Amino acid sequence: MMANKTLDGADLMADDTTNSSARTTAESKSAEAPVTKPAVTQTQSVTLLQRLGKLFAAGPVKPGDSFGAPGQGRSLAISIVTALSLIGLWFVATSAGWVKPLFLPSPVAVVERFWEVLTEGFANATLLEHTGWSMLRVFGAFALALVTAVPIGIFMGVNRVARGLFDPIIEFYRPLPPLAYLPLVIIWLGIGETSKIVLIYMAIFAPMALSARAGVKSVAIEQIHAAYSMGASRWQVVRHIILKSALPEILTGMRIGIGFGWTTLVAAEMVAAQAGLGFMVLNAAEFLVTDVVIMGIIVIGVIAYLFDLLMRYAERKLVPWKGR
Amino acid sequence: MSRLQIHDVSVVYPGLNNGEEVRALSNINFSIEPGEFVVALGASGCGKTTLLSLMAGFISPTDGYLTLGDNPVSGLPRVACGVDLQDQIAGPGKERGVVFQKHALLPWLNVLENTEFGLKLQGIGKSERRERAAAFLKLVGLEDFHNHPVYQLSGGMQQRVGIARALTNDPEMLLLDEPLGALDALTREVLQELLLDVWKETEKMMFFITHSVEEALFMASRLIIMSPRPGRITHEFKLDFNERFLECRDARKVKSMPEFIEMREKVLSIIHGDEQSGGMH
Repeated sequence: MMANKTLDGADLMADDTTNSSARTTAESKSAEAPVTKPAVTQTQSVTLLQRLGKLFAAGPVKPGDSFGAPGQGRSLAISIVTALSLIGLWFVATSAGWVKPLFLPSPVAVVERFWEVLTEGFANATLLEHTGWSMLRVFGAFALALVTAVPIGIFMGVNRVARGLFDPIIEFYRPLPPLAYLPLVIIWLGIGETSKIVLIYMAIFAPMALSARAGVKSVAIEQIHAAYSMGASRWQVVRHIILKSALPEILTGMRIGIGFGWTTLVAAEMVAAQAGLGFMVLNAAEFLVTDVVIMGIIVIGVIAYLFDLLMRYAERKLVPWKGR
Repeated sequence: MSRLQIHDVSVVYPGLNNGEEVRALSNINFSIEPGEFVVALGASGCGKTTLLSLMAGFISPTDGYLTLGDNPVSGLPRVACGVDLQDQIAGPGKERGVVFQKHALLPWLNVLENTEFGLKLQGIGKSERRERAAAFLKLVGLEDFHNHPVYQLSGGMQQRVGIARALTNDPEMLLLDEPLGALDALTREVLQELLLDVWKETEKMMFFITHSVEEALFMASRLIIMSPRPGRITHEFKLDFNERFLECRDARKVKSMPEFIEMREKVLSIIHGDEQSGGMH
């Protein structure tokens, strides 16, 4: 816990110049020289620039930060500005008529459409119904994968028979695009809700199982040895050492898995869906209602992003030792 | 009390790319008697840690076998039984506690939970294991750190938790792989004395690896000096500086005795002679 002094160039310089310019102002004021006015305006313009600079600066060094850690410092301000400028560009591009509304409707039209679908609905369902069905499918498949893929992945890590059994199956279907096996899933399970959830489940299963397995592989052998020489049984080693040690990777696998789930959602809702965000987007695309397409994409993106934030919060709470 | 016996043990690692195989240990015959404090001294690569791993049961010998009392520790007692007992290779056990070179604590547990972990594995009740863990944490000077996450402690403090953890588990024998190497001089002396006190009080067998000649002489009732390529025991000394310390309680007095200094020079000259002929780095 040493070497806290990260040299923050921007901050240091900013502080220095603020001080010296303040001093100059004070000196020139006491001397009441005629050059006072331009000096003051210069100071103000510099501080405005400095303030902008500070907004994007890495921020103060936090206790416990160590020198040279890659990617240190704040990035929130930069992200917000990026998002705002993209929206701004979208606004300008549409209101100036650079793009036809058929290809890119204005943000205002999308917001209006959002309200309309929320209250009146689109394709025989309101936005809440579409969202509810999609979330049911994605999170249902996610929950199923969580209770099956994680134990199987752990089992593959600790048991050679399980590894031999599941490895060829998972490694064979994992690289296949879900659209390739969608017809087969439909032939086997019909066009109901089951085939949709199974398709998403399969997409989530592989990355989650492989992450859990990788988590088992990452356990430090010294920790296992320590447990055995304190009298642990095999099962106690799995429960108290391997499961705990694999937790960071399992959580990473969950984040990756849910991402695959949202990716597969649209494919799952392509066939015989009555409601769902993916269905809504596909349906709108057929009738060239571009504002609903964009609105649907944004809704999916926001939900996925919020869930990822939740997962990151859970990660901080559950595995604070990660990377230490 | 039972003795730990090493019967004609060799450990051979296959060479890289069909290169020459490495004899990490060659035909070791050695035993640790009940109540003995054995210290191993030698250059890096002389097989000290391999020897400790064998005793702990973390690795199996290529030849020979180890026993603690009548129980196998690792290896195949082929000669003794005349049958291949591959399936009966023992492995680690709670009667042989280990303090690791790099602490090997569990980062998801705090200091107290790490210390009581062994007792928890054995199903001992919460209040009893808390009490025993707290007693050893107090001995190593960490009574105010019970609820700290271990990954926020300094290296020396982590190592002290590792020692408290091994002692709390109350093993018959303690295997210590350079346990004090990362500590500051003062803490190091305090813990040397603590380990000697624990040893005297409990009469546990100790196997202690160190790089410090002075530490080795001060702690050992028997000192073994090892030499690399192939790893083997070249010298053995019976010492009693630890007993002298336990009588007079003055470490500096013991360490400045003429006999101690004489012995230190002797051991140093052995190690240096080894350096010239054996080619240590």
